Amino acid sequence: MHDPSAATTKVASFDVFLTRYLNPDGSLSADPPAFAKDREQARAMYERMLRTRLFDKKAVALQRTGQLGTYAAVLGQEAIGVAIGHALAANDIFIPAYREYAAQFARGVPMQAILQYWGGDERGMAYPEGTPSHHDFPLSVPIATHVPHAIGVAYAIKLKQERRVVLASCGDGATSKGDWYEAISSARVWNLPIVFLVSNNGWAISMPSHRQTGAGTFAQKGLAGGLHSEQVDGNDVIATRAVLEAAIDRARNGEGPSLIEALTYRLHDHTTADDARRYRPEAEVAAAWERCPVKRYKAYLEAARFWSADDEAALIADGTAAAEAAAQAFVATEPQAPDAIFDHLYATLPKSMEWQREEVRNRGPISGGH
Amino acid sequence: MADLTLIEAINLALASEMRRDPSMVVLGEDIGRNGGVFRATLGLLDEFGADRVIDTPLAETLVAAMAIGLSTQGIRAVAEIQFSGFMYPCVDQVVNHATRYRNRTRGRLSCPMVIRAPNGGGIHAPEHHSESLETTFAHMPGLRVVAPSSPARAYGLLLAAIRDPDPVIFLEPTRLYRLFKQPVDDSGEALPLDTCFIDRTGSDITLVSWGAMMHDTRIAADKLADEGISTEIIDVATIKPLDLDTILESVAKTGRCVIISESARAGGWASEIAAGLAEHGLLSLFAPVMRVAGYDTPMPLAKQERVYIPDVRRILHEVRKVFELAPK
Repeated sequence: MHDPSAATTKVASFDVFLTRYLNPDGSLSADPPAFAKDREQARAMYERMLRTRLFDKKAVALQRTGQLGTYAAVLGQEAIGVAIGHALAANDIFIPAYREYAAQFARGVPMQAILQYWGGDERGMAYPEGTPSHHDFPLSVPIATHVPHAIGVAYAIKLKQERRVVLASCGDGATSKGDWYEAISSARVWNLPIVFLVSNNGWAISMPSHRQTGAGTFAQKGLAGGLHSEQVDGNDVIATRAVLEAAIDRARNGEGPSLIEALTYRLHDHTTADDARRYRPEAEVAAAWERCPVKRYKAYLEAARFWSADDEAALIADGTAAAEAAAQAFVATEPQAPDAIFDHLYATLPKSMEWQREEVRNRGPISGGH
Repeated sequence: MADLTLIEAINLALASEMRRDPSMVVLGEDIGRNGGVFRATLGLLDEFGADRVIDTPLAETLVAAMAIGLSTQGIRAVAEIQFSGFMYPCVDQVVNHATRYRNRTRGRLSCPMVIRAPNGGGIHAPEHHSESLETTFAHMPGLRVVAPSSPARAYGLLLAAIRDPDPVIFLEPTRLYRLFKQPVDDSGEALPLDTCFIDRTGSDITLVSWGAMMHDTRIAADKLADEGISTEIIDVATIKPLDLDTILESVAKTGRCVIISESARAGGWASEIAAGLAEHGLLSLFAPVMRVAGYDTPMPLAKQERVYIPDVRRILHEVRKVFELAPK
């Protein structure tokens, strides 16, 4: 019981704003930003999105035919990666989770590298020199533990008086973890140039979003930490890019960190090792296909006369060929030498470990237990 | 050259390196205005400012994660955890990220960072303030674990840890912080990592230890000297990677070895050293290698901590067993 004589301090009241420009059928619900009205920019976003979907399809096919390890598909969430890729500046720093392939492609990660990673090869995280991805973080499988790295990276940026921004992404399940809260709680202490992006795809493997938290939205978790916090329709690439660009601008201008919750839906299983039919109603998935980000944006482009059936056919042919070429390059990649496991453990392998490397070098073919 | 306690030597090394390397920062809980709970960072805030002497929120996972983020950007990050028992929230960050970024990115990113913490018991601290974590961290691939045993070694090894291009866990002997002084030259010169120090030369038995237990080991050796036993003492100093060669050379000379460790016995670092001796030094041994270690219990609360922490009598007891089996 509250003591009726006690004073009450109103500390917060809030609304969580949701941005959307495109209705699920692709019609406009608001006047879109300039980039969406620019033919070339608008087309480039679609090309990235569809190429990512075609890559994703190829990666799943490779796994299903025993040529790739467990793979986390991005089906249904492609718009978020596309938006990140367009919103970040080249020298900004991206700290991804593991479904933002479209953003990684935009920053210079070759498709082949993503296949190498899920195929079990560390070289898939080397990311080429001369591209923004070279200073980005590798994709991160442990949930949420990469998010607080953004605090240190952004602090370094402030210390060096650079005008760079850090974008750290994760899923809805990650917001249940302490590592995530420690980052969210502290980012505003130093007013750091960070954008935290939460892709709320409805499911953390088998657990629906409402079983992760009693909070009404994931965005509001940022409000308690003093972050600018809002939602965006993550299946609307225009809205997601616009909201991320605004958050990145605020961060760059010294206006502090933001938390963006992007509402999306995981149309695929959690990974190729998962079977979502065990826990997820088929009708829900069917309904989610109606909100598909690719279909939605294509309808917008067609209505704006930015895109034709010929464009579509040409892109499908070219994107399929590109994914196929990446797959072939991946399959043809020479394996690392066995002693490569020692190559980057330390800057210089300690003397006391040299015998282990020698043993690997001298033990002949690795037989896998036979 | 000033006579310094071990905590003063830590403080001197931090200040000295921050003067030398403008990219270095220190971070942790209460390290700024308060100078750290043990005063390791005393005066740093005034000299280097709040940008480089970072008081963090009370969040140990964040401290480790922030050091990781900073170090990937070329900032030498030296984090303080107030007591080693509070380092467990850092373990995930260290094992899944700090030790792996170099390896995962094939050398593209790396984490030149240090996490310092007082280690071990003996100061009647509250519960969870007296743990010994060297084995916990030593088991993690890609890490360096360093445990100094004197003011001079604390100074030189901390400089080495900060300058090392890979993550280092630096475990400071809590009960030696103010126990004795020693001349420490602020030369800016680091001591070598990855190598044991021969603390005292001798011919009859090798005593191997590190950190705070080095103090009891030295007293035990003094007592043995009174009995005419010549003891060689090895200060392991860098727990991981382990310089087994120096220990093997010593045991080849003495034929007898006792390993003294404060952390729990089962699967502890004393066991790792004993296994190394069994594999590579068995034929030079006159007697079994004995371990003196903490019991396989949690570190007790203050009233019982002396039950747990090996003392001089327990060391001498094991040494006598060795000489019973293999008389001089």
